[in-house]
Formats: sequence, structure tokens, C-alpha cells
Amino acid sequence: MPADATLTSLWLAGLTALVLIPVGVAAGRALAMNDFPGKGVVETLVLLPLILPPTVLGYYLLVALAPANPIGQAIAALFGGSLAFTFEGILIASLIANLPFAIQPIQRSFEAIPENVREAAWVSGLSRLQTLWRIELPLAWPGIVTAAALVIAHTLGEFGVILMVGGNIPGETQTLSIAIYDRLQAFQEREAATISIILLVASLAALAVVHATTGRRKTRGRGA
Amino acid sequence: MSGPAKMVGGLEAAIGLDRPFAMDAQIACAPGELMGLIGPSGSGKTTLLRALAGLVRPPRGRISVGARVWQDAEARTFLPPQARRVGLVFQDFALFPHLTARETVALAIDPEAYAGRSAQLQHAERWLTRVNLQGLGDRKPDALSGGQRQRVAVARALARDPDVLLLDEPFSAVDQMTRERLKRELASLRASLDIPIILVTHDLDEASALCDRLTLLHRGHVLQSGAADDMLSRPASTTAARLLGHTNIFPATVAQPSTPDQAGRIAWRDTTLEVADTGPFNAGERVAWVLPADQIVMHRRERPSLGERENPITGAVSEMARLGAETAVTLRLDDETGALNFRIATHAARRNGVEPGVDVTVSLLADGIHLVPERASEADAI
Repeated sequence: MPADATLTSLWLAGLTALVLIPVGVAAGRALAMNDFPGKGVVETLVLLPLILPPTVLGYYLLVALAPANPIGQAIAALFGGSLAFTFEGILIASLIANLPFAIQPIQRSFEAIPENVREAAWVSGLSRLQTLWRIELPLAWPGIVTAAALVIAHTLGEFGVILMVGGNIPGETQTLSIAIYDRLQAFQEREAATISIILLVASLAALAVVHATTGRRKTRGRGA
Repeated sequence: MSGPAKMVGGLEAAIGLDRPFAMDAQIACAPGELMGLIGPSGSGKTTLLRALAGLVRPPRGRISVGARVWQDAEARTFLPPQARRVGLVFQDFALFPHLTARETVALAIDPEAYAGRSAQLQHAERWLTRVNLQGLGDRKPDALSGGQRQRVAVARALARDPDVLLLDEPFSAVDQMTRERLKRELASLRASLDIPIILVTHDLDEASALCDRLTLLHRGHVLQSGAADDMLSRPASTTAARLLGHTNIFPATVAQPSTPDQAGRIAWRDTTLEVADTGPFNAGERVAWVLPADQIVMHRRERPSLGERENPITGAVSEMARLGAETAVTLRLDDETGALNFRIATHAARRNGVEPGVDVTVSLLADGIHLVPERASEADAI
């Protein structure tokens, strides 16, 4: 049981979800409730990491993080060195790769809130912030839980981008999915099998959470 | 229901919009008055209501309740819905799917009037009792019937202790039986409310049964406003007459204006009709006459009766539609004039042998004939 890789994966998944869920709520709500020029472009860009080959995403991230260009320099100045082949580097990669999983389900759940329900809250005296807190977020909750589960499951399984940006450094950038590959290459099939089971169970658990929250929403939201 | 009776003023509003359609409407509603806002679909009823609630911001206009100004476009005053103290019952009720009836009503209670969650929930329970929902406070919307949801929506609107109550077609989303009961409940509830109440509806029967006054809206403009009974029988123009459901509208010329002691006469087709009150029109003036369907009396075919002397008209029955206990009859007059529509009891139609093709004589009651200007007014033409 590779303790280092487990820890790296859990940290990566937890931090990715922690950062991305608030981003998903803000962006998903903004996309759901506003029409603006260029909305289609934004929505397409959000979806891009979903269909872009992970190696391509990883390549561009490596280019961006390289000390030779302004972004890389800014990051180097901020973190005191290049982020390629570091945990921070794969965290940034993971954040970008997971954007669609965080934003899409939350956007859909905000879109499902009827406009007049929000208006009813305003007319009832609730400020916009109170309306967000007491009406919108509880109604969007299944979407938020779904987003968190998808982000965590996807981060645990991410392979290509992580390998490109982080390499395979045990204790730093070697996640569980990379560890499977690593063990197989070294003919340690037993360990590869163990890790695979762990990831299989984690993925099933994530799907179960999604199913439970969205399933309950269906009966609760009917005819309201 | 709580505390000393507050002093609420009447609602006065003038609203001007260019988009999504042109609107230029003035309305007024006194405290305790139930005003019906009627008009065909797309006439702007709901938009007007939303402007009153602050959900749309009209570029022109002024809305005030008593001394309080909710909007004054010129002074750039615009109170958001939260600051207006307005109760709004949405057409589909717009309840909060995740909250129970009690939580929903409690949410609208002013936290300054009832501090603390338990006080608010208690007060909410009182409102639920008031709208006959006792015992259902723990239910969420999906566990309530249509009528119960409507009551929650009404309780939520009133729990805010509003200065104005707005009802947007509140009976349209429930079945017929529930509708009748809810109407009775509203009629008794309003007796205890001393605030202006505006009911939007496209159902004229509903409007005339419930409302003190009606305002007829057409394409964003007020065509007519007046006491409910008066307005239905005395439309101000041919357009208003059509929108108020009249089908018997015909052009004529005033032959002899009425006096306080004597009925007047109008020339119509090749005959003259007796008219109890010819209104402001002079002899020779072109007018249109309007007659409600219930002011047309059919004569018994075999045995002529006394009333036949009152404006008798004969024509062939061209259409009959049985509507339960009543049958709608269309009497074809001639190609140019068109047809007269009236209703008779279905059993009377059968007994008298009234059927398509048969000639029938009717009396047009002189008291019911109402004259309007022949030409559409400027407001109609907009």
C-alpha cells in the first residue's frame, strides 16, 4: 500500500475541490443567471479541458510554467522557483483540468431555479445575499455535491496531465493513478491491483454520492 | 391582525414602458378596495403588477402608496422590492421547494416586528390558521395540493404586513371546485384587510364577482375604469365592449334622444329601436349600440306575449350551442348587419322547437341597450 501516493492523491483531490467549489458556485451561478455577449465562448472554454487530450493540456501548462515566459516568471517570483515537477504545479494542472466538472453541474442546478422563486424571495423582503444563502444555495445543493464528488473522483483518476506537469516523483507528484502505472512498469502487479481496487471503490463511492443527492432532489423538487 | 391598525394610503401609479412593449397606464386603488385588472392576454396586466412590485423598473412613471413614494422616475427614486412592503401572489405561486409551509411564511415576516426564529414560526402558524392551513405547517410544496399551495402563497404575501397586496391570476392554477372555494376565502379575507388589493385576471366573471372596481387594460393602455357592475353593462367604446365579452355591437343613428321622462329612439337597419337612455348623444349622431346577451328575450313561438312590443326583431336561427342548462343561440339578421347572440334555457329551446333554420322573434330590452361612440376612440386605436 503506497502511503505516499495515497497521501498525495488525497491532498490533491481535497485541495482541488476546496478551491474549485467556490469558483464553481460563483462561475456557475453567473453563467446560469446572466446573458452576456461571449457567453457561448466562455462556456466552450470551460468545457475545453473535458475534451482536450490531457497531454495537450499538460504540454501547454508546462510551456506556461516555464521560466522563459511572463507567466512562468510571475509564478517563479511568487513561489520562489519553477512549479514544473512540484506538488503546486500538479495542483494548478488539476484545477484547470477539473474546471468543467466543478462549473457544469452547479450551473445546471442554478439554471433549474425558477426566476420567480428568487423574485418571490425579494418580494418577501430577503436581500440578494439572503436570497442566495437561504433559497438559492439550498436549492442548488445537489449540484454542488455532484460537482465536489466529480472533482474528487476525477482528480484521483487523473493521469496524463499530472504525469506531464509533475512527472513521477514519489512523495511529491506521484499520485495513485501514476503509482499504478509505475508499479506495473516495475512488474509489481500485486500493488498495482491493490491501488486499482482503491480507486475503483473511490469512484463507485463518488457515483453513489451523486446518485443519492440528485435522486433525492427529483422527488423533492416535483411540482413546486 | 397584529398591533394597532396602521395607516395605509391608497395606491397611485403611472407607468410608462417602451420595452418589451409600449405601456402608458395610470391606475389607482383605495385602501380596502379590491381592484380588478382585466384585459386580454398580452395587454400588460402582469407587467404592470411587476412594476408595482419593483421587479421591473419602468423608465417613466411614479408609484406611491399614501405618502410613501416607491418610484419616481423623474426624481430617480426607485425602491427595490425588498423596501416596498408589497405582498405578491405569483400566478404559479413560486413557493420555495425546500421549505415547509411554516418556514416559507416565517421567512416573509419582518424580523424587526418579530425577533427570533421561534417568534417568527409562531406568527407564521397564526397566518397558516388564518388561511385554513392549520396542521399543514410541516409540509413542503410537493406534499400540498394546488389550493393549499395557493393559500401558502397568500399567507406568505400577507405575513410581510404589506401596504399593498397584488394577486396575479391566483386562481388559474387550481381546479374548478378549489377555485370556487378559494374565491369565497379571498372574499372573506379581504374584508379584514385595509390595504389596496389588486387582482389580475382575464376571467370577467371572476372579476365582476370579486372586485369593487375594474380597470380594463388593452395593449398597455387603460381603456376604461369604473365600478365592476357598471363597467360590464356600460362599456365606454366598441373596443371596450368587445374586450368585455359583448358580441351584440351594431352601428345606428340617434333618431330621438331620451329625456328624463321618455325613452329615446335610434334608427337601425330599416327599423327604430326604443332606448331607455341615449346618453350624451344628439339626434342624427352616429353611434354603436351594445346589448348584453341576457337583455334579449325570446318570444314563445305559438303564443305571442305582451312583451313583444318592446323592440321586436325576427331572424333565422343560424347556430345553436348547448352549454348545459343554457343554450347559446345565434340569430342571423342579414349579410350586412351580422348576427344577434343570446342565451335561452335549454328546456325552453326544446319546448319552443327552436332549431337551426327556424324563424324566431326576440325583444331587445330598451333598458339594456347602451350607446357608445360609433368610431373607435383614440385610445382604442393605439
